[in-house]
Amino acid sequence: MNEIAIVSGKGGTGKTVLSAAFATIGEKIVVADCDVDASNLYLILHPKDFQTERFVTGYKAVIDYSTCNNCKLCISYCRFNAINYIEGMVKISETDCDGCILCSRICPSGSVSMVKSNKSYWYIGELPNGRMIHACLAPGEENSGKLVNVVREQARKTAKETGAEIIIIDGPPGTGCPAISSITGVKNAIVVTEPTSSGFHDMKRILDLTAGFKIKTHVVINKYDLNPEVTEQIAVWCQANGYSVIGKLPFDSHVVDAMVNSKSIIEWMPDAEISIKICSIYKTIINN
Amino acid sequence: MKIAIASGKGGTGKTMISTNLFRAAEKEGIDVTLIDCDAEEPNVTEFISGTLTSTKPVTCNIPVIDTNKCVFCGKCHEYCSYHAIVYLPPVKFIKVVEELCHSCGACIEACKFGAIDEKEKPLGMITTSSFNNHANIIEGRANVGIYSPVPVIKESIRCNTESDLTILDSPPGISCPFITTVSRADFVVLVTEPTPFGLNDLKLSVETLRTLNKPFGVIINRAGLGNREVYSWLEENKIPLLAEIKFSREIAHIYSQGKMLVDEIPAFHNIFIDLYKSICNLCK
Repeated sequence: MNEIAIVSGKGGTGKTVLSAAFATIGEKIVVADCDVDASNLYLILHPKDFQTERFVTGYKAVIDYSTCNNCKLCISYCRFNAINYIEGMVKISETDCDGCILCSRICPSGSVSMVKSNKSYWYIGELPNGRMIHACLAPGEENSGKLVNVVREQARKTAKETGAEIIIIDGPPGTGCPAISSITGVKNAIVVTEPTSSGFHDMKRILDLTAGFKIKTHVVINKYDLNPEVTEQIAVWCQANGYSVIGKLPFDSHVVDAMVNSKSIIEWMPDAEISIKICSIYKTIINN
Repeated sequence: MKIAIASGKGGTGKTMISTNLFRAAEKEGIDVTLIDCDAEEPNVTEFISGTLTSTKPVTCNIPVIDTNKCVFCGKCHEYCSYHAIVYLPPVKFIKVVEELCHSCGACIEACKFGAIDEKEKPLGMITTSSFNNHANIIEGRANVGIYSPVPVIKESIRCNTESDLTILDSPPGISCPFITTVSRADFVVLVTEPTPFGLNDLKLSVETLRTLNKPFGVIINRAGLGNREVYSWLEENKIPLLAEIKFSREIAHIYSQGKMLVDEIPAFHNIFIDLYKSICNLCK
């Protein structure tokens, strides 16, 4: 089974555009949308979901004021500064609570209980050429890394069931827990960058991360013609540091048109220069 | 006043808006601080940097189990909500998995044998610089591979000495790093682009800000690309459109070089000052 993770560090460089293109080139695939914070791939691939599951992101502490005697012991124990004494009452800030359960364990009057946060979901859907696993983190929920793990697990299971040999992972931006969960154990990673000083900077950080996990990582420079000088700097840096630039994609407003029409660039304009280049990147990766 | 510049989708132009708003305000003589809260991928200093005034490491406490004192009762393992303690009683094995630990302190409370001590683990660095003597830039930078940037974000916002205007350049998404940032702001500017991806993520951000009861407005970046759906959606939902920035190769080129719009195209100075004024009016 060949898992290909598409990541970038910086947001908006074109991860989902590339993932959608790969998903419409591959013959028998499973797609895992691991950007559970802001998933967009379903807007292009239109999976027909046949399974929906609830996901528990964690627990939040809640105080029962009928028994709380304002001893404030919980405040001194909470390391997330999530409990404060406001207007004569011990109050828990839901957004700061990490769900560690310590306050509930130490409360002498047993006034703190833990409530499940279960407003997030994950889905399995049919695609014309395979299946897609995607998820929706409820707004403001935590633990997106754990939800990414669930999506990855389901993708592997689905690939086994359907005999698909390729899993395409559309990763989240950043270098923290959801990004880590998206790349662990994959064979190949593609970092999509753009020729901007911030794109270059963030590319180095994400390459640090994939190198730490000993993942074979390739670089794609998207919108390379918006700044050929920075593109050249990135290419030189990659060569000096042992990373292969496996493709340079031009800025093409057809990419936005394809998106507006809910299609991948491969479906929308298969003969465009960018589509041909993406096909060749896909072949390089698959044959790697 | 604290203004957070945020977006659900990455790469919509948060850092471009925050750095230019900072530069325009600073030129007007406003007492302003810009805090880079995108600790996983901090980019502010790619565009604007000042004179270094201080650095401060951010650490957390990680438990260390003394196996000589440990009786292998497993209570710390039971107390850990993050599965960060591996416990194999038959072979008397116990170990802390540092990457999973959230430093909550529950295991220390659990241990009745004094077998758990703590050590400091570095999480990142807060760098403060002064800009033209009357403005400040604070960067929170998380080390690559740490579990969560949240402690670094909290610390970088805490470092701010009450400026008249504080701009928080937020991380993307709608989960913990985003919430940590916007919950500390008085007003949130959501930056989007007029594409289906932009609109989809804007809706998620709006839903989140509504549950947090935060006042907000929207900037449409790269106007002219994509379609008009976002405009009608904003109107239907009575969300103020604060500004529009048209897509042009010139702007994309200026940005790609790490340069500032307000310095390169003078008309942008007033666009950003007007933006500041309209936010002040909305906050009244």
